[in-house]
Amino acid sequence: MAGAKNHDYHILPPSIHPLMGSMSALLAFGGLVMWMHKMPYGGLISGLGWIGILYTFFAWWSDVVKEAQGGDHTPVVQLHLRYGMILFIASEVMFFVGWFWAFFDFALFPRPLQVIEGAIEIIQGPNSVTMAAGQFPAKGLEVIDAFGFPLLNTLILLCSGTTVTWAHHALINNERGGELTGFWGALGVGANDNLKKGLWITILLGALFSTIQIYEYIHAPFAFKGLNYSSAFYMATGFHGFHVFVGTIFLIVCLVRSYKGHFTPRQHFGFEAAAWYWHFVDVVWLFLFVAVYVWGGWGAPVHGG
Amino acid sequence: MTTVAATHDHAHDHHDADHHPGFFARWFMSTNHKDIGTLYLIFAIFAGIIGGAISGLMRAELAQPGIQYLTTWAAMLEGEGASIDQAYHMWNVLITAHGLIMVFFMVMPAIIGGFGNWFIPIMIGAPDMAFPRMNNVSFWLLVPSFILLLGSAFVPGGTGLGAGTGWTVYAPLSTYGSQGPAVDMAIFSLHLAGASSIMGAINFITTIFNMRAPGMTLHKMPLFAWSVLVTAFLLLLALPVLAAAITMLLTDRNFGTTFFDPAGGGDPVLYQHLFWFFGHPEVYIMILPGFGIVSQIISTFSKKPIFGYLGMAYAMVAIGVVGFIVWAHHMFTTGLDVNTKMYFTAATMVIAVPTGIKIFSWIATMWGGSIRFTVPMVWALGFIFMFTVGGVTGVVLANGGVDNYMHDTYYVVAHFHYVLSLGAVFSLFAGFTYWFAKMSGRHLNEFLGHLHFWVFFIGVNLIFFPMHFLGLQGMPRRYPDYPDAFGYWNEIASIGYVIMAASMVIFFVNVAYAFIAGRKAEDNYWGEGATTLEWTLSSPPPFHQFETLPKID
Repeated sequence: MAGAKNHDYHILPPSIHPLMGSMSALLAFGGLVMWMHKMPYGGLISGLGWIGILYTFFAWWSDVVKEAQGGDHTPVVQLHLRYGMILFIASEVMFFVGWFWAFFDFALFPRPLQVIEGAIEIIQGPNSVTMAAGQFPAKGLEVIDAFGFPLLNTLILLCSGTTVTWAHHALINNERGGELTGFWGALGVGANDNLKKGLWITILLGALFSTIQIYEYIHAPFAFKGLNYSSAFYMATGFHGFHVFVGTIFLIVCLVRSYKGHFTPRQHFGFEAAAWYWHFVDVVWLFLFVAVYVWGGWGAPVHGG
Repeated sequence: MTTVAATHDHAHDHHDADHHPGFFARWFMSTNHKDIGTLYLIFAIFAGIIGGAISGLMRAELAQPGIQYLTTWAAMLEGEGASIDQAYHMWNVLITAHGLIMVFFMVMPAIIGGFGNWFIPIMIGAPDMAFPRMNNVSFWLLVPSFILLLGSAFVPGGTGLGAGTGWTVYAPLSTYGSQGPAVDMAIFSLHLAGASSIMGAINFITTIFNMRAPGMTLHKMPLFAWSVLVTAFLLLLALPVLAAAITMLLTDRNFGTTFFDPAGGGDPVLYQHLFWFFGHPEVYIMILPGFGIVSQIISTFSKKPIFGYLGMAYAMVAIGVVGFIVWAHHMFTTGLDVNTKMYFTAATMVIAVPTGIKIFSWIATMWGGSIRFTVPMVWALGFIFMFTVGGVTGVVLANGGVDNYMHDTYYVVAHFHYVLSLGAVFSLFAGFTYWFAKMSGRHLNEFLGHLHFWVFFIGVNLIFFPMHFLGLQGMPRRYPDYPDAFGYWNEIASIGYVIMAASMVIFFVNVAYAFIAGRKAEDNYWGEGATTLEWTLSSPPPFHQFETLPKID
């Protein structure tokens, strides 16, 4: 934006995206209420709303990318973006605090429940006024073996944390380009291009994590409904899984942008934001693994074990 | 739509700081902090009228013992033959809507979205907010949020139409106690309002940390900017926990989880913990920016810098920090053990220390000052007096033992209306009358302003002071009916409402007067005492201020 401005801040032209996104949100959530209450067209309205929201994200961030390429992101504006991303992640951390709070409430103050062939029953005390001792997870519930797929997933995410850092260092040291040979060459990745290699591997590890997580859900020994353990387990790991999915998309966007040559060793905040987000998702998983899978299932019968 | 933006861009080649985009682009696609602040203020006034009208319905019903109007209103909404249970449910819907509207759609949009947007960038010497587009989505998300909340009144909730859960949305009333879609709409309304506020918080923190003009160190920053900074941190850290809690409600209601259902090992008290972990910081979110506004005004009209500036700033930080570890004082009768209650009693009382620092520093600022009793100043003085009353009853309620008796009585209603309706709202009127001419370029009428203040002051005190007596006598809150013995003070309170409503007519006449015939405002119409940067600009300020950043020494 031309003008008489004598500062480095980014003064933006008007944009339709906020209004468009908000009205889409009305459709998305209004439709969701209708869908949840089995009213006609609920799913359709919600779907249209979500398409609108996704389009808004796409169009909005496309503008941000264009502005970055156009030189609007001066050092101070890049600093804004850093603060913005850190604060966003801080709010996400507090969101997960809520889910962990529920989990620890159930785990530390257990209720006397037992699972008999999928049905949940309250264990009666010795007489009508005394309660039986509580147990968590509920008596008879089989948990997922923490040292099977969950441990593998832990290693996958930790590994992906290193590959994304490798890609970052490659970018800072300008390890890009090089000859197009062999397998990497077929993907359009130069021999020296550790940025793209690192991103490719990180994305594949993220996708592998999600695949294993879906497999685990399908074969889980307990259902979603009806029990405190399963509620906390599925919602906490489910929201984490959703964040992995979002993080993977974020990394894919970075890979596409690196093919377009958007990133330079000096200016690549989009990449850093994706990496920060990825590390955040990684750390949340470590807490989930230790608290929910290992500690939360300690002593309970292990499925298939 | 990109074409609109593009044309606008071109127009700026022959710039001028006062060039506005066209009507649609200016008000629906805005990236200008002052215009977005104006949108927030208009929205808040609109929501305030609705929320205030609902309290009028409640005071009408409560004016006499027995059910006066509820059955008639229920018949209007639900059709002839509405049952008495539906009428009682309607009462729950009214109290819920009043609470949610006043908190999320009146006070917060006005004080943070409105005044924060308008004056934070100007006070720190910045040309705009850090993320101008995100600023606009923060505002526009409130619109679908408000539509969902208002719309919920017309779809089935529990016993009748609408969400009758209280603003706290406690389970199990909000889960299997209210199976209709109304509560889901209210939940999504809170999700959207929460997303709006989180983005607003990120924007304010980034703006205040990164966009202060050269020389404007944190320790030179006006106290209003400090107050919004602390508030933004509270929003950022408290709202996501509410989001998690209401998401659990949503899945309990619709997808069979049992977070709050004891039959599946869930815990209804868990919801209360999660809610109040958000809810207590939330009440400071509503009052802290008011502290900031009052500090600016007291200093301006005492013609003195604020007494104990650093103490004032860090008192707010302390209130913010301690505000996160006192939440369970809202749950004293929920079955907490005695040790927990002792801790939360003690921690809550600690809040009185930084709050006392603020009250006494305001008084010390006035001490020996050259005081002018302008309209904003009398609002600020009213704030100090009334907020202190609410603060003192707060110390009473902080006692877990005493609260066994007081909990859910009108004493609590009196307490939180003294800190909010007579605290936060007084600070809103103080800010409005202080900055109105700066924002609009037109002066309000001084006489009408004073008249509004005094009539409002008498009205709200008549409404809320008798509630202390009612509470001490044991009248429970959230009921549409009461024994005859409570009739006297309830009638007084309802008369107070009429007086308060009359004062609002004076207020709107005054605003209309200002726009039609108000005197044009000079740059610094408050004179010498007004030292912050907004007084260096024209009234109203240029469309983009500070194209050359000011230097502060």
